[in-house]
Amino acid sequence: MVTLFGIFLLTMLVIVAVAMVRAANLFVSVMLSGIFSLLMAANFFILDAADVALTEAAVGAGVSTVLFLSALALTAERDRSPQRRRWLSLAVVTVTALVVIYATFDKPILGDPNAPVHVHVAPWYLEKTPELIDIPNVVTAVLGSFRGYDTLGEVFVVFVAGIGVLSILGVHGRRTTITADELERQASLMRHHEIPQVVGKLLIPYIVLFGLYVQFHGEYGPGGGFQAGAIIAAGVILYALLEGDWRAHRVIPQPVLTGMVAGGALLYTGVGVLAMLLGGNFLDYSVLASDPVKGQQYGILAIEAGVGITVTGVLLSIFHAFAGRESH
Amino acid sequence: MEFLGLYNYWVFAILLMVGFYAVVAKTNLIKKLIGLSIFQAAVFLLYITMDKVEGGTAPIIQKGVDGQLYSNPLPQVLILTAIVVGISTLALGLAIVVRIREEYGSIEEHKTQEMDRVP
Repeated sequence: MVTLFGIFLLTMLVIVAVAMVRAANLFVSVMLSGIFSLLMAANFFILDAADVALTEAAVGAGVSTVLFLSALALTAERDRSPQRRRWLSLAVVTVTALVVIYATFDKPILGDPNAPVHVHVAPWYLEKTPELIDIPNVVTAVLGSFRGYDTLGEVFVVFVAGIGVLSILGVHGRRTTITADELERQASLMRHHEIPQVVGKLLIPYIVLFGLYVQFHGEYGPGGGFQAGAIIAAGVILYALLEGDWRAHRVIPQPVLTGMVAGGALLYTGVGVLAMLLGGNFLDYSVLASDPVKGQQYGILAIEAGVGITVTGVLLSIFHAFAGRESH
Repeated sequence: MEFLGLYNYWVFAILLMVGFYAVVAKTNLIKKLIGLSIFQAAVFLLYITMDKVEGGTAPIIQKGVDGQLYSNPLPQVLILTAIVVGISTLALGLAIVVRIREEYGSIEEHKTQEMDRVP
């Protein structure tokens, strides 16, 4: 039954992807991309990747759709690609697809427990996590502790991308005053849509609360800094869509956001350096407390907080950079 | 049913190429970025497909439950972070497209290239 459902979801994914590429109206493409992400999240879920499904749902269906829409507002709504390279591209793509499909016949079938990927380092993670870190969610343990270097690198990529967007589009948050007309214009955009107004405002506190739950419950269930950052950012973005960009800036001013972008990455690095100062290796949390297992747990809590702070800061800064561009 | 065990990989191949088609055949820059994110999502699907173990469950260990099989946590960690990195780099791409539109007045590649050719 689950297999059939999976096949249904995957087929839907292909149909939606083809429709996304074919649609001449970019608005349609972007809306379909939200559906695509939701289908993808459902797929991840039935493939046992609860953490990834949560991330894809928050990032793909939530934040990325909003970013695409704000980019569309600043550019154009129609795709005016000429048809001239169509057949050549189609031929190249079909041949490559056939080659890749031919290659898949050497892959182990879905769920094969003896696949090479399952016999290398993964069993060690599953076996050692209860003993060395003692938290139920192995994904968080690998993310935060065993492969902490990787995660630090990823946080810095997010940080650099955020800085990149801010340098290209500029930081508009320094305006402390706003004309009454502009405020009225921003606030009135959604006023005649009563249902989003009322339901949205009811939902925002719960979205942010859920984000915090996901942040601090990441050791026990699916969750962690990446997911929480995306969920909290989505909550604040919803507020900005309902009440106008300027009001959202009043809630979390741009200097605070810029501080969060750098602060989270600094907190992560700081935990690594602290571990070094206490006599361990960089990002070896065992030395943070007298009991090594407790030390690991404190370390993971601290770095997950750092990840959450940076991701929230970067996503909100990016959104404000796009939204602020509009009114200029 | 045996051959359906590879269905995920076939969908991966098709999605990959649907995304690639948008990147090479379309001249609209936003459409190219949409194609790129489909391409990226296909790679995510490949990794997550590999993590599945038959009869396994999400790798969250329950105390007092013995003999439970768990799916592989490692591909999940890699893709979890890749999704968030993906949205950040996508935003960077969109920011560049917005700037191109402001400078050239168009987001169609063939038009901006024409403008570049005129001295």
